Amino acid sequence: MTKLYGRLFLLPGLFTLIAIIIFPLVFTIALSFSNWSVANSGFDWVGGRNWSAMAENDRFWASMTRLLPFAFLTVVIQYVLGFAIAMFAWKGVAAGRFFRVLWLIPMMTTPVVMSVVWKSIFNETVGPVNFFLTAAGVSPIAWLSSSTPAMFAIIVAEVWQWTPFMFLLLLAGLLSLPKEPFLAASIDGAGPIRTFFAVTLPMMAPVSIGAIIIRLIEASKIFDTIYAMTSGGPGSSTETPSYYIYIVGLRNFDLANGATLSLTYLITFIVLLTVIAQILTRLSKPKGV
Amino acid sequence: MLMKRVLTLAFVTFWSIFVMMPILWALVTSLKPPEAVDFGATFIPFVDFTPTLLGWESIFGVGGGSVNLVPALFNSIIVTFGGAAISLVLGTVSAYGLSRFAYKLGFIRNADIVFFFISQRIMPPIVLSFPFFLMLRNLGLLDTHLGLILVSIGGLMPIVVWLMVDFFNGIPRELDEMAMLEGYSPFETFVKVILPLSAPGLTVAGMFAVIFGWNDFFYPLVLTFGQVVTLPLAIVALNATITPYWTLSAAAIFAILPLVAFAFAMERFLSRGSLSGAVR
Repeated sequence: MTKLYGRLFLLPGLFTLIAIIIFPLVFTIALSFSNWSVANSGFDWVGGRNWSAMAENDRFWASMTRLLPFAFLTVVIQYVLGFAIAMFAWKGVAAGRFFRVLWLIPMMTTPVVMSVVWKSIFNETVGPVNFFLTAAGVSPIAWLSSSTPAMFAIIVAEVWQWTPFMFLLLLAGLLSLPKEPFLAASIDGAGPIRTFFAVTLPMMAPVSIGAIIIRLIEASKIFDTIYAMTSGGPGSSTETPSYYIYIVGLRNFDLANGATLSLTYLITFIVLLTVIAQILTRLSKPKGV
Repeated sequence: MLMKRVLTLAFVTFWSIFVMMPILWALVTSLKPPEAVDFGATFIPFVDFTPTLLGWESIFGVGGGSVNLVPALFNSIIVTFGGAAISLVLGTVSAYGLSRFAYKLGFIRNADIVFFFISQRIMPPIVLSFPFFLMLRNLGLLDTHLGLILVSIGGLMPIVVWLMVDFFNGIPRELDEMAMLEGYSPFETFVKVILPLSAPGLTVAGMFAVIFGWNDFFYPLVLTFGQVVTLPLAIVALNATITPYWTLSAAAIFAILPLVAFAFAMERFLSRGSLSGAVR
């Protein structure tokens, strides 16, 4: 009887999720062995042809290698800034509802809509960034039409958008820390900096790893910001895997190749995340334990 | 000591300005007349330029070259709340099961099932977009509200399960046992005893589902073609054509305002500990 009830609770949700995610995933796998495209719709088995084409797709691999430093850089910046403002909102000058709400606002805003706003901010002729650069005597920068500045602009937008999420997770972690270790540290006469590195940071390790992994997952999926700010350009210099696969599969309607690329992306992504999670967990363990 | 305080205040001020800057820029730009945009950046209303409501009128279908964003607002509301509501119901019921019953299938245990739910957040939408496109086309659900709602559940339910399992674990099991002794069935226990105690957890989970649902852009982009234009799609469509900045900015503010207001109303639920367990 209990068993039956248990199943009644779990299964509707579980089956829905399997129907929405696992079943389509299997479909994608089947698609990657077919030649489904605009000209030819239907499952015609073509073996591993798409997969060998994937291995030689330089534009795809360029987007993959571009994603790595990009995801790391944005997440590291978000972590450092997020931790800093979480410390201030925890016990510092900004402890209180006002700053907590203010600093969470970007998380509530629609990323793609804010990307449109960022695009206007980085506008080369009438945008405020170049206005201030000119006022400061620096020559204006072609933010979105040259590759390095474009990448920089995207990182700024991403940091603005998602640091609040990091902040929220880290603040929740800080608020749930036990008080005794801090008491012990102050009795031992440790200063604020010593306390931070010897007590706060190690105790925050599990929360930090969780938050970093969550953000790495989301940062690797980046699509909206690229779509609205640069469309992958200039050329394909800011193209990420999600964006390139979208072009192949859903703009050019080469569904079979799009599916193959997307699976390669998914597998690489899961393997790398697992490795990173392992490394972070090892690193955060206290020495000699 | 004074030095340290000055540095701290400088950082806090800098960060607060940075956070507000893009939103304020959009707000100010939405009030600009054409001549305040076309000849370089201007900043302060009444000093740098005379504010007008030109941009705001043009997003409600007034004046030449205008659009009407009200239908897009309603599309966003239907899709977001539809998807969030279904996810909340299914996810909460599953989460209660996972918190109170022991499941076993081969080597699979409760923790593995919870991980399965949560791990679906890892799935990049692009991987599922191809089958979604073909399947919704075959079902005749491409470019419909229902199609978008169904697809959004896959992204939203994991968030709900993630937060609610943790929340239910925090409610003492003795409550369930007492209710059972009173003669309640497990289902009655859930509905009459546990759910009334779950308002804080449901609020946080529902809020996150609404935030992620409202802000989604990818699925509406791929799975609709003009019938079900949600707000993010409408703004990007404006961005793709030659839309003046005052209209674009007013549209951007219009699109983010409902959620920012909603977040302010819900703020107290977000504070202390609501997420602390979730990151473990």
